[in-house]
Amino acid sequence: MVIKTEPFVVNIGPAHPSTHGVFRMRATLDGEVILDIEPVFGYLHRGIEKLAEERTYTQIIPLTDRLDYLASMSNNLAYVLAVEKLAGIAAPERAEYLRVIMAELQRIASHLIGVGAFLNDCGAFMTPILYMIREREKILDLFEMVSGQRLTYNYMRIGGVSHDIPEEFLPALDKFIKGMPGFIDEYDQLLQENEILLARSKGVGILSGEQAINISASGPVLRASGIKWDIRKVDPYSIYDRFEFEMPTGSAGDCYDRYRVRVEEMRQSVRILKQAVEKLPPGEVRSEVSHLVRPPAGEAYGHIESPRGELGFYLVSDNSIAPYRFHVRAPSLLNLTALREMVVGWKVADVLAIFGSIDICMGEVDR
Amino acid sequence: MSLFDPGLNPSAYYPGTLPPEWPGGYWIHWGVFVVIILAFVLLMAMGFIWLERREVGRFQARLGPNRVGPFGVLQPVADAIKVLTKEDIIPAKGDKLVYWLAPVVAFVPALMVFAVVPFQDGALLADLNIGILYVVAISSVSVVGVFMAGWSSNNKYSLLGAMRAVSQVVSYEIPLGLSILGVVVLTGSLSLNSIVEAQHIPFILLQPLGFLIYLAAAAAEINRTPFDLLEADSEIVAGFHTEYSGMKFALFYLVEYCEVLAVSVIVTTLFLAGWKGPLLPPLLWFLIKVFGVFAVIVWVRATVPRLRVDQVMAFAWKCLLPLALINLLITGIQVLVWPEILPWAAVFLNLAIMVVLILLWSKFFKLGGGRVEV
Repeated sequence: MVIKTEPFVVNIGPAHPSTHGVFRMRATLDGEVILDIEPVFGYLHRGIEKLAEERTYTQIIPLTDRLDYLASMSNNLAYVLAVEKLAGIAAPERAEYLRVIMAELQRIASHLIGVGAFLNDCGAFMTPILYMIREREKILDLFEMVSGQRLTYNYMRIGGVSHDIPEEFLPALDKFIKGMPGFIDEYDQLLQENEILLARSKGVGILSGEQAINISASGPVLRASGIKWDIRKVDPYSIYDRFEFEMPTGSAGDCYDRYRVRVEEMRQSVRILKQAVEKLPPGEVRSEVSHLVRPPAGEAYGHIESPRGELGFYLVSDNSIAPYRFHVRAPSLLNLTALREMVVGWKVADVLAIFGSIDICMGEVDR
Repeated sequence: MSLFDPGLNPSAYYPGTLPPEWPGGYWIHWGVFVVIILAFVLLMAMGFIWLERREVGRFQARLGPNRVGPFGVLQPVADAIKVLTKEDIIPAKGDKLVYWLAPVVAFVPALMVFAVVPFQDGALLADLNIGILYVVAISSVSVVGVFMAGWSSNNKYSLLGAMRAVSQVVSYEIPLGLSILGVVVLTGSLSLNSIVEAQHIPFILLQPLGFLIYLAAAAAEINRTPFDLLEADSEIVAGFHTEYSGMKFALFYLVEYCEVLAVSVIVTTLFLAGWKGPLLPPLLWFLIKVFGVFAVIVWVRATVPRLRVDQVMAFAWKCLLPLALINLLITGIQVLVWPEILPWAAVFLNLAIMVVLILLWSKFFKLGGGRVEV
């Protein structure tokens, strides 16, 4: 006897424990197998790009905090770099070092959440993510010292940073830098060779290098597919050309490689932090820039390697106090377009593991 | 035939199975033990809930509930009050009768298992001579309740959870039963009380492989990590009880802890010499061992990620089943061919066999697979 079966449609999201925000996947299932998947964005659309065109260049900085709220410092940095490029402003030496320190701390904080959430999606009962959050807490304390905020920092300014660091900052940072590698080792001991994690992530959700380039992926998703592409190396912005660090890459492009690339990047970030703290010069942290920046007419594109990939801000100026056009190249959105290629043919459980391994932030996808 | 007909008294059929000092015979015994079992199960379930939350808290570098009562021991009571005062929702397009019946069908078998568990020597509701067979048979009825819940909820996540429940529980019944058979072969009896009495050294030492297989298969039977696919919260929200709320949800919650209590009790009885132990009173030994087994189960839950559905099935059929058969074969050979073997020699022999077999399987058995061309 042949039982007649038909595929059925399940909406995963927008309110679901592991969609990392309000994201919906319209999944067509044959039993447990995914036949097709249709991502639906837009639940968190706030019109930030349009809002920004009504504000002065300095007022836009808090808006960028709310794009990728797990990496506000990186967003700040990308935006101010774009404005500085447009207006021809240079930041003082000390400010550049502080920016690098903050951006790398932010990268560690963001990767901690990314890796923890990925493991949660694989079914580890909250334990990894809570250890990750314990370490992230130390970074948030550091950010609170310099900016007074724990999530939306609004720290970078056009031509520098808003405040110099308080005196208790450097000792606390030293302590963090000393403790972090040991923590990553401890964590790897639990998970790197964990048989279940290997079974769940090795060979799952493979994105080949060619596919990754075709969909314009960037960041750990691209590097896990074996492509050596890191904006810090290929187009050094700020003062990244002065630091020594490696670019960890994967080979298979599966979930496990994406997870490993993030862990290794945390180690490299600690390395950069060490060098930056050693070389941190004294001096001003902000050059003389008017609050009403009025860049000459023209356009500029500033991009950085944010924790999620190439974060770019495209600005068009008409020589007024507000940008004529403000566009964000959000790495989360472009990486997310790879989802369908990766998940078709896998099981329901894999969809969420693969989705977690892309490490997206809905604030940035929907803007 | 009236209910109090002496013909129903099992001691008439199995003389010597009941403590003779009970005045009034079987029915007093029955009444007393029903109350004891109900109190035991509910109190232990509350204790387990508290222990699990505190222990998982420690594993996750946090404190766990510590506000209600000393060390948070009254947290389960607070949870219960909260859950009882919740609105009871029945999905508009659900199958109402089945939806209502499902928690009951799941709960009753989970409670009935305790009828044959010896709390100390001879202290049990019914010393059935088929005790362990009864446990295996009754405890697998719970999955019917789970499936009813998943079907009647009219929710796609629930249906997925119910599908997984049936396939998983039916598969793991087999290695579970086979791993128990090793103990039965050693004892020569199916009665749980006789099994405890036969353990001059705990069977965990004589049956180490059987113990591990039982623990893994039982974890799958009761939906514990890494086999908690039925209610995988990161995949299918809450699985079969996604739609449940209020008291019905509380019953499912209770079923979960009754089942894990049953597994802890059965492991204690079969492999850890039950109530036997030096110095302390037997009942205390029994409770210590039950809590110890539960602590290990929680430890596993707090540590490992979850397997995928095809991997769970592969693990049952390709890894646990052959290992359980080999374990049964070796035990049979030892009992038949070499009955005079010194117990301690057998302990080391069996440990060595277990290590070799597990290494062999971990080398050749891979959990991979997964992608289907569509």
